[in-house]
Amino acid sequence: MMETLEEIKARTEAAVQGARITLIANTSPSGQRSLLIDNEHAVAVAEFLRDDPQLRLDYCSNVTGVDWLDRVVKTKVKVKKMVNEVEKEVEEPREESLPGYLEAVYHLYSIAHKHGPVIIRLRTADRAGNVHLPSLTSVYRSAEFQEREIFDLYGIHFDGHPDLRRILMWDEFVDFPMRKDYREPDDYEYEPTPHDEVSEKAREHRASLQ
Amino acid sequence: MEATSQIDEGLKNELKTQGIFVISMGELYNWGRRNSLWPLQFGLACCAIEMIAAAASRYDLARFGGEVFRPSPRQADLMIVAGTVTKKMAPQVVRLYNQMPDPKYVIAMGACAISGGPFKQGYNVLKGIDRYIPVDVHIPGCPPKPEALLHAFMELQKKIDGQKLSGPGRAEHLDPARPGEFPVPAFGAHDLEPPANPELFRPPVMERK
Repeated sequence: MMETLEEIKARTEAAVQGARITLIANTSPSGQRSLLIDNEHAVAVAEFLRDDPQLRLDYCSNVTGVDWLDRVVKTKVKVKKMVNEVEKEVEEPREESLPGYLEAVYHLYSIAHKHGPVIIRLRTADRAGNVHLPSLTSVYRSAEFQEREIFDLYGIHFDGHPDLRRILMWDEFVDFPMRKDYREPDDYEYEPTPHDEVSEKAREHRASLQ
Repeated sequence: MEATSQIDEGLKNELKTQGIFVISMGELYNWGRRNSLWPLQFGLACCAIEMIAAAASRYDLARFGGEVFRPSPRQADLMIVAGTVTKKMAPQVVRLYNQMPDPKYVIAMGACAISGGPFKQGYNVLKGIDRYIPVDVHIPGCPPKPEALLHAFMELQKKIDGQKLSGPGRAEHLDPARPGEFPVPAFGAHDLEPPANPELFRPPVMERK
């Protein structure tokens, strides 16, 4: 049995000086939790996870990108107010806007100990300008093409990657098609069986011609 | 060289019973052409597996004279577009078509090659190869069975059989006004440029609310 994520977190923080690791809960039925690692120590943490004799997470099977849009969180805050010259506690709605960010998610397994996965996440500062993450290709060679794919489709720059180029799309392409705000080119001139979203887009295309 | 014979059908049949075959030069020419189609040896996705099965011993494309798959477009006269054409691959497919000598034919095999299929709305999927090159036979299916490819072969042979070699209404490849090659799309910032060849691709108008 592999140790719990709490134990891994505690041991990693003890081994890697200054590493800040956050446990990310998962409320979905899978309940698969993950470790969010700060960008400065990501490479050192990955090296520890790979080389630690108890963990030996020697195999990075999968690297995924995730796009989290800017969102607004509505909360209610109790405020003291004068109502009809009497001080009362009133609940006031408050809106807090959280900036979006991009994530790279690594699934690590151990071939040596036959356990896993341990899921680690890296998070960019925002979605627009500051989209840099450290590359883990130096630790896991199998991450090379998958980081290139994330660079291609999500636009995350992996610092220290040996060959960061587009891999699926052509070099002249400028968009990031897997981002949630991606707008595909308007080529809905011929849709024999349009439905739902496609039907709507085909209608918009026809309207744009008139 | 007329594709259809001027000789009376009854007389032809009478001569045939005597062991004498009378056909026009055009018929003989087309008979030779249709029974010796050399496909270009390339596959783009899972349809290629069915194409390989059609060429192998069980379905035996050789019965229709189509077994000589050539790895060079210079030696091929039939392009079987077998599989999903990604936007990144489309310019190469058009370039290969341009490099084939006339007369040349195209079979668009499977849902992806004819329309983009299940990946139609994908960001890197071409919505049908007929946007850039003229297609002679479309085969639906995902993937089409080898029988469907054989059917497409027979349809193509019918088409070749009916082609006139001279005079008005002659075969397309004999028309000097027809373009010798088709423009290869360029990689643009958001899409292929142009997204379709406007002289070739005229989508039917869909009247829907």
